[in-house]
Formats: sequence, C-alpha cells, structure tokens
Amino acid sequence: MNTLRKRRVWLVVILSSASLIVTLLVIQALRHNLNLYYTPTELQTADISNTQKIRIGGLVEKGSLQRGSDLIIQFVVTDLTHQISVQYTGILPDLFKEGQGVVASGRLNGKALFVADEILAKHDENYQPPRILDHGS
Amino acid sequence: MKFPFAQLASPKNSYQMAGHLIPWFGLLTLALMSYGVVGGLWWAPSDYQQGDAFRMIYIHVPAAFLSLSIYTIIFCCSVIYLIWQIKLADIVAEMSAAVGATYTFIALVSGALWGKPMWGTWWIWDARLTSELILLFLYFGYMGLRSAIHEPKRAGKAAAVLAIVGMVDIPIVHFSVEWWATLHQGATLAKLAKPSIAVEMLYPLLAMIGGFTFFYGTLLCIRLRTGLLQREWQSLWVREWFNQQSKSCL
Repeated sequence: MNTLRKRRVWLVVILSSASLIVTLLVIQALRHNLNLYYTPTELQTADISNTQKIRIGGLVEKGSLQRGSDLIIQFVVTDLTHQISVQYTGILPDLFKEGQGVVASGRLNGKALFVADEILAKHDENYQPPRILDHGS
Repeated sequence: MKFPFAQLASPKNSYQMAGHLIPWFGLLTLALMSYGVVGGLWWAPSDYQQGDAFRMIYIHVPAAFLSLSIYTIIFCCSVIYLIWQIKLADIVAEMSAAVGATYTFIALVSGALWGKPMWGTWWIWDARLTSELILLFLYFGYMGLRSAIHEPKRAGKAAAVLAIVGMVDIPIVHFSVEWWATLHQGATLAKLAKPSIAVEMLYPLLAMIGGFTFFYGTLLCIRLRTGLLQREWQSLWVREWFNQQSKSCL
C-alpha cells in the first residue's frame, strides 16, 4: 500500500473514531435525559419536586382501573416491582387497557399519586391474528 | 493494494451494466410490491390488538429499514472513495442520498400517521423518533454540502467525510429502543431471535422490504447513468456512445 493511500486509511479511521468518541461522551453526559419516562422503581429514588413535569411509564395493573364521573379515571402503573397511582381526566387512546403498556406525562402529587395530563399507549413488538391468542388462552 | 473489481467499476462498464439492470430491477420491484400490497392489505389478517391499523407496517418498516441501509451504503461508498478514489463509489453515494432521504421522510410520516391512532400522539421526542429525525437532517446536510461545492472532486471528498462522521447515528437509531426507555416498541424483525410476527403477516412484509429495496436499485441505476453522463460528458466513451445513439436514431 502506498503512503498516500495509507494516509487516507488513517483519515477514515480517525474520523470514525472521533465521531464515535464524541457521540459516546454526549450520550454519557445525557444518559438521564435520554429516557422518555421514569419507571415506578426509578421514582422511588429520583429527586423530583411536585412542580416538575415528568413522564412515567409501565404497565397498567390488571384490575386497578377505576372510572369516576366526567371522564375521570384512576389506575395503577407498575413495573412489576413498584407501583404508583395515576389520575387522569380526558379521552384515552384506543390501545389503553389493563395489562398494556402506558406512558403518562404530568406531575407528582406526593410520593404515591401522579396527576397526568396526557396518556399515551405503548404497545409491544408482537403482531398476530386474534385467533392465535384465542387458541393460546 | 488495488481495489478489487476496479476494472468493472470503469464508467463505461458501469453505465452499460446499470442499463441492463434497470428492467430486471423494475420487474422485481413490480412483482414483490404487487404481492406485498395485496398480501399486506387484503390477505393478511388484522392484528389482535391494533386491528387494521397495523397494516401501516407494510409501508413504515420497509421505508425505515431502507433509510438505514441506504445510509450504510453511502458510508461504504464514502470509505471506498476516500481511500481508493473510485469515482463510481462517489456517484453511487451521491445518487443514493435523495432516495434515502425520501425513504426517511416516508418512515417519519407513516410513523406519525400510525402513532396518532395507536399511541395517541403524532410525535414524541423519544430516542427512536429523534434519532431518525437526525438521520433525515444528515441526508439533507449531505445533499446540501454536495451541491454547495461546485467542483465534483472536492464536493465528493467533503460529502464523504460528512457521511463517515454521520454513520454513528445508524446504530443509535437501531438500538435506541433497547438502550433507552422509549414510546416506540422494540424490534420485530431485525434481531437474531425469531420474528415477533405471525407468518401470514410476515411474508407480505418481507416482500415489501424486497420491493422497496429493488425500487431503490431501479432508481439508483437510472440516476447512476445520469450521474455518469454528467461527470464524464467530455470523455471519449460518452462521445462514441452518443454518436452511436444519434446514428441509430437517424
């Protein structure tokens, strides 16, 4: 390999590694901000004031959904280790169901209650016709 | 070390080869997309959770898959061009960028149209969506930088450097759903484990991915020929080819 070509190989290697290192440093610096939501377990230790707007995410615990008057609902979000109650007023996305993933944004009201102003449904990566599920259950 | 197949990559050879490939790629595109559309929109059953809305997958996933693949092709071409100075690699990279950008745009728009009814929002700044948007801006930056420099050699080098630096976004887009908490779900296909999708839904999806790929191939061959003529119009083979064409027209 001639020297000019060798120099160009080095250019490519240096460019790639510099880009990689810069990105890793940025990701490392932002590691807490890159997550879209807190899980109920992270909420236990995180230092979040009641005025701070945050998102929480997890599964809607089965049997926890209670409907009040005027579209008020309350349910429990769990990550299977810790739980938090969520209160919300408004229209829910179609996929919102007990046992399904959910991401809620709003504010904490004490340690145990989260008042949401937006509810988004998080679905999983599985696609299948309904009948397979019927056979399974 | 000489680059392998350097002979094949001569402008005249690649011009002819691309011309031969266009009809085959076009036919494959047509066949795969016809099966994919009919199979995806009619034959495949609706999803147990999302109902018929899941059918957006047949546009969204192929577009997103190719937005990443085409960028990876541009990256490989850029490395080849910087090290071995193969002109063909530079033209392939140049001509791929607009197609890649369009696929990225389609992935973002179809994702938004899918997200509104299923998740409840058009857009959210989660890691997957944001990194895919950055990819779109990388494509725009790449095309902008190229057209800002008039001289093809310098434009090619500058664009290649940008493509190599930007490559770091590709694994981030792919692994974002594993590394961070996102609203976007994990991978259905691109993983070592068995695909998380029923087979009667899977085959049309694979056909659509193939169709989108060959559509890119068709466009690339057409655009590659244009690019070759633009760069090589002063060279002997273009003149000979042009004389031949005009003779056969008369």
